[in-house]
Amino acid sequence: MVAAMMSRALRNRSISSFSALVSRFISTLVLAEHEGGLVKPSSLSAVEAAGVVCKEKSISVLLAGSGPRLQEAASHAASCHPLISQVLVAEADILKHPLAEAWAKLIQLVQQKDGYSYIMAASSSFGKNILPRAAALLDVSPVTDVVEISEPRLFVRPIYAGNALCTVRYTGSDPCMMTIRSTSFPISSISNDSKAGAAPISQVDLSTFSEETLGKSRWLKLASQDSERPDLGNAHVVVTGGRGLKSADNFKLLEKLAEKLGAAVGATRAAVDAGFVPNELQVGQTGKIVAPDLYIAFGVSGAIQHLAGMRDSKVIVAVNKDADAPIFQVADYGLVADLFDVLPEMLEKLPEK
Amino acid sequence: MKIMVAVKRVVDYAVKIRVKADKSGVETSNVKMSMNPFCEIAVEEALRIRESGAASEVVAVSVGPAQCADTLRTALAMGADRAIHVDSGALAPLLPLSVAKILKALAETERPGLMILGKQAIDDDCNQTGQMVAGLLKWPQGTFASKVLLDKEKQVATVEREVDGGLETLSLDLPAVITTDLRLNQPRYATLPNIMKAKSKVIKKVSLEELNVEIKSDLEVVQVTEPPKRKAGVILSSVDELIDKLKNEARVL
Repeated sequence: MVAAMMSRALRNRSISSFSALVSRFISTLVLAEHEGGLVKPSSLSAVEAAGVVCKEKSISVLLAGSGPRLQEAASHAASCHPLISQVLVAEADILKHPLAEAWAKLIQLVQQKDGYSYIMAASSSFGKNILPRAAALLDVSPVTDVVEISEPRLFVRPIYAGNALCTVRYTGSDPCMMTIRSTSFPISSISNDSKAGAAPISQVDLSTFSEETLGKSRWLKLASQDSERPDLGNAHVVVTGGRGLKSADNFKLLEKLAEKLGAAVGATRAAVDAGFVPNELQVGQTGKIVAPDLYIAFGVSGAIQHLAGMRDSKVIVAVNKDADAPIFQVADYGLVADLFDVLPEMLEKLPEK
Repeated sequence: MKIMVAVKRVVDYAVKIRVKADKSGVETSNVKMSMNPFCEIAVEEALRIRESGAASEVVAVSVGPAQCADTLRTALAMGADRAIHVDSGALAPLLPLSVAKILKALAETERPGLMILGKQAIDDDCNQTGQMVAGLLKWPQGTFASKVLLDKEKQVATVEREVDGGLETLSLDLPAVITTDLRLNQPRYATLPNIMKAKSKVIKKVSLEELNVEIKSDLEVVQVTEPPKRKAGVILSSVDELIDKLKNEARVL
């Protein structure tokens, strides 16, 4: 038994060092999202995570879509991060919207050609939709929502709504695929247009890119809420309302406070279900995961599922009438008070940003 | 048309879980188990589609140890027509890739027009199985669905999806795979007469050998630990005190 484990451990080690030897110089592929001609910050967090496993500091970024915005995003990718050594661009109408069928096929195509050791994406709705499908096509088990990379193939990820941390070892063949939690890999090394370090951009050859699945899904529309507030996932300050806010109108009070603090607005499932705010503002196990410097919760009881989405915030403030609310067990500062008294007072007394 | 729904037995969502002292996992013996909440939503959606006349049969499937039969019984009590239990015996929880391969094998014999799964199980929080089975079957996928409309004539499903920036709408040719988000529907409760009726419905048992699926284990759980505890906080008495603490102690303002 022990001998078998030993030999397996040895075999794994020799396989990984062997593959490091034979693999090409570039061995990590990051699937990136872009918007308005820029690579999204969450994708750059995935590049940071790739930097942990890819000691040679060489990472390829894959961008897809069509039109001038794609080319702008490619030049942004080429110069925005010192760890990026190559930008792959796949331009096709079928890739204009992030359809999982086309993207998964694209990843399979790129993997078959270049043989990456790692394929990574952020745990956004984009990454979660696409990466597992691509992993199935490549017959490997992906790892979801990695929060820590201890060794190149040893990862920590939360399970049971973040109430336990699971350390897993990937023992399969290349590529090792994962989505990473952006808030656990903050972007440290942004270089602004360092032309000298700009990575080469190359087009992915899509001549063999055809398969019967590609026509089976069609993108119809995206209904998005325009908001001037910072993006919930990346904001430094988040103010959240729960059922205690009582109405959509009262959420406007919260928005005023957010404006004053330069904060993003979040919500609990109860507030979303009651129709106070749209569901993309939901923070929790099944909504967005945030880890801002300051998280202020108004009228939030602190259910397990909500805590899963914000427990890694640096400073947590809770305002709740109920002194027994579980949110006070994770809050650094608590106010047992009526939020309708506290909100206006804070609005008045907070310093201007 | 037939709809296949995959359901998973998990620790009840309201249970505060305990990590085992030997770090091998989470305590699941003598803990309340229930159907994964997202799977309940999947069953409900399948039933609604059948009730609208767009489907004729709902088949619930589950992969796992013997107790999974209870979870399938719940699906039958909600209104599913019959169930298939793939007994994984003593094998530890299977990885999503293996479950996806099992579901693919079942889909190839059952030939459903639609497969509905929850978007994630609340125990492993993987959010993978639906996407993987869609990939293996080469079917289109509509993940994180908050609205599903079926056009029986055109054999097309219109799916509204919850994405980071808002709501995205896709049109999928059937057969397709859909995974449910929380806001898709409100699952019904099984009534007592339906619970009684469910006892006479069939749960077909299938072994892994019969399906001839290769079970992969390319991910090894090294340890399961408790997350770091947060330092105890303080209860303040006024807004002034709070602003002062945030400015001068936490220095976040």
